Amino acid sequence: MTEALRPPPSACPGCAVAPAAAPVEDKGARLLLSLPTIHCAGCISTVEKGLARHPGVRSARVNLTLKRASIDAEPTVSAADLIATLDGIGYEAHELDPGVLSQTETDRQGRDLLMRIGVAGFAMMNVMILSIAVWAGAEDATRDLFHLISAVIAIPTVAFAGQPFFRSALKALRARRLNMDGPIALALILTVAISLFETLQSGQHAYFEAVLMLTFFLLVGRYLDHRARALARSAAQELAALEVPRALRIAGGTQTEVPIAQLAVGDLVLVRPGARVPVDGEVTEGRSEIDRSLLTGETLPVVTAPGAQLSAGEVNLTGPLTVRVTAAGRDSSLHRMADLVAAAESARTRYTTLADRAARAYAPTIPLLSLGAFVVWMWISGGDLRLSVNIAVATLIITCPCALGLAVPAVVTAASGRLFRKGLLIKDGTALERLAEVDTVVFDKTGTLTMGTPVPDNLDAHPEPALRVALALSEASSHPLARALATALRARGLAPAQVDDLREAPGYGVQGTWQGQPVKLGRAGWVGATHAATTGAYLSLGEDTHSFTFTDALRPGAEEVVAALQAQGKTLWLLSGDVAPAVEAMAHRLNIPHHRAGALPTEKAAHIEALQAQGHKVLMVGDGLNDTVALSAAHVSISPASALDAARAASDMVLLGRDIAPVADALRISQTSVRRIRENFWQSGLYNAVFVPIALVGWCTPLWAALAMSISSITVSLNALRLK
Amino acid sequence: MEVLAILIPVSLFLGLLGLGAFFWTLRKGQYDDPEGDARRILNTDYDDRPKRDDE
Repeated sequence: MTEALRPPPSACPGCAVAPAAAPVEDKGARLLLSLPTIHCAGCISTVEKGLARHPGVRSARVNLTLKRASIDAEPTVSAADLIATLDGIGYEAHELDPGVLSQTETDRQGRDLLMRIGVAGFAMMNVMILSIAVWAGAEDATRDLFHLISAVIAIPTVAFAGQPFFRSALKALRARRLNMDGPIALALILTVAISLFETLQSGQHAYFEAVLMLTFFLLVGRYLDHRARALARSAAQELAALEVPRALRIAGGTQTEVPIAQLAVGDLVLVRPGARVPVDGEVTEGRSEIDRSLLTGETLPVVTAPGAQLSAGEVNLTGPLTVRVTAAGRDSSLHRMADLVAAAESARTRYTTLADRAARAYAPTIPLLSLGAFVVWMWISGGDLRLSVNIAVATLIITCPCALGLAVPAVVTAASGRLFRKGLLIKDGTALERLAEVDTVVFDKTGTLTMGTPVPDNLDAHPEPALRVALALSEASSHPLARALATALRARGLAPAQVDDLREAPGYGVQGTWQGQPVKLGRAGWVGATHAATTGAYLSLGEDTHSFTFTDALRPGAEEVVAALQAQGKTLWLLSGDVAPAVEAMAHRLNIPHHRAGALPTEKAAHIEALQAQGHKVLMVGDGLNDTVALSAAHVSISPASALDAARAASDMVLLGRDIAPVADALRISQTSVRRIRENFWQSGLYNAVFVPIALVGWCTPLWAALAMSISSITVSLNALRLK
Repeated sequence: MEVLAILIPVSLFLGLLGLGAFFWTLRKGQYDDPEGDARRILNTDYDDRPKRDDE
């Protein structure tokens, strides 16, 4: 058996540490659930009806786009109940922290951009109607009138809709940098100015529709960019469960709940069963079992008795423990781990995206080219200011990176939408590009390739009365093995036997009386059974003993993902903190060629760094606290939604569902998207190569500009949509 | 050509009407769940009237 004693990926890990840390549900507040598996109209109504039937729920609404349900409920309804209800009707759910503030914030920005797109679109279409008349041959007074009306529509529109570009350009200029928005803002202002001047002079050409089109397409690109980022950010924020670090301090015979920061060395702290140990310390009272898998990857629970040393982050399983603090806050092992993560993250080289590189190369050329055109034409025409300015402006507007602005966001939007539908959430904007470079994939075993929950595998070997007694006993305990046993037995439709005098002996097991004879479920020695080779729970019925053995269930999709990645030619590693036989068995079962057992957190990170020093780009997939350093050291990292808070925070992508197979899809999609981005750059480059010379020689009319701009934007977007 | 004096204001007015409708849908949050809305039409449970915001 492997990794039995991971605490369930509870809806609110913090609640175990601090029961008072969940004030969110106070006044019948909104609950948010993430539903990674919903996908159809049937799902919507099943989920909504299922939730509405739950007592205390006032209303429930599913958002299929975000795969979330928001629930308005009485204060008595907890997210855990609803998750159980949904599980009963076949839908996986996780609680989301209703980070209401940040969500409205991003919404406001998105709506602001949409509003500007709407205004730009309206103005663009109306001006286009007038421009078509001009291109079709309207002359003299009619043309001037049309240009004038266009100006009246275009000037306020550009002033309103162009604000995001003006602001960004100004900010960059103040910092003495030139970003892509600098040339854009320049082009917008100059073109509007020169077009207005031409209109007033009864000139032939005015570029109002081109300016508006430029604004419109650039805003669309900006919006797509914003949405991809905001969606990922808000979801990642909301996934981060409430974890208020608090501890129960025992002083003068009373228990008070205090923040961990207030604890001092020598204080006595009570750790309840099921809670995480908040500090490093020494057990002074109580017996229990400790799950240290999150820190070390060890799978077997460790028995603790007075005198044992505990580290922050371990989970107390069966009995209450009193712990004397030996190190708190900054010095605790949990904090040292966080420091390691921070160090690894800052060491991760600042990644320049393709878009950054393109913008850096392209941004200065736009004004330079336009200035060049102006100077050359001044010289050719012998000082014809009006002609030279017109040509300079035509060059400016032709070179303005309409397609370039769409090239990356259109692809990223298409890719992240596709990944989201497969159950992967991108947390970091550059993750997609980094993922495309990966050639080595490192998996953690515990909780990543396996579910991290034990499943009994020999139930058929026992007679039914024994099973029913085992069910009665196991339901009296919160030990993970007992819970797993109870769940499996319940799933078989068994009813518990009548067992009286149920008592839990912390660190040993549960005992009771059944039909007049003592029955026990627990450790081999305590029950009186012989210890089998695998981990298990033992049941004694008077003289008889039965042993239940457990295996760790393989995560769904684990076999597929390994096969798919090998087909893609990636090198696979299995790095685990678990003991060698378990790791070898898993590597063999999944056919992973390289593996390493017994790796400490720092060793995992060092291993990944060594691989990267050899020139490999490593994708780390892991979930535990012992993986966090490795996750942040890797080139790119993915963690499942059931992972610890810290691990999710350290990773670039979060796997929303239970299935791990999307990891292979993610690699494939990321490679295709980077190819599409490159193609888009080539396309917009090609368009410039054709039209810039036309502008430079002075043949460019507003019609040409409008055509070139719309064709390039549309082809770039269509290319992005080809992403499969 | 005199017809332009009517047509241009009319076209602008209609455009503005559309823009106003767009703003309204934006404020009412009608773009919050495009995918769900597209699927909900396949739902067979009918309401007698649209749901109100305060319900």
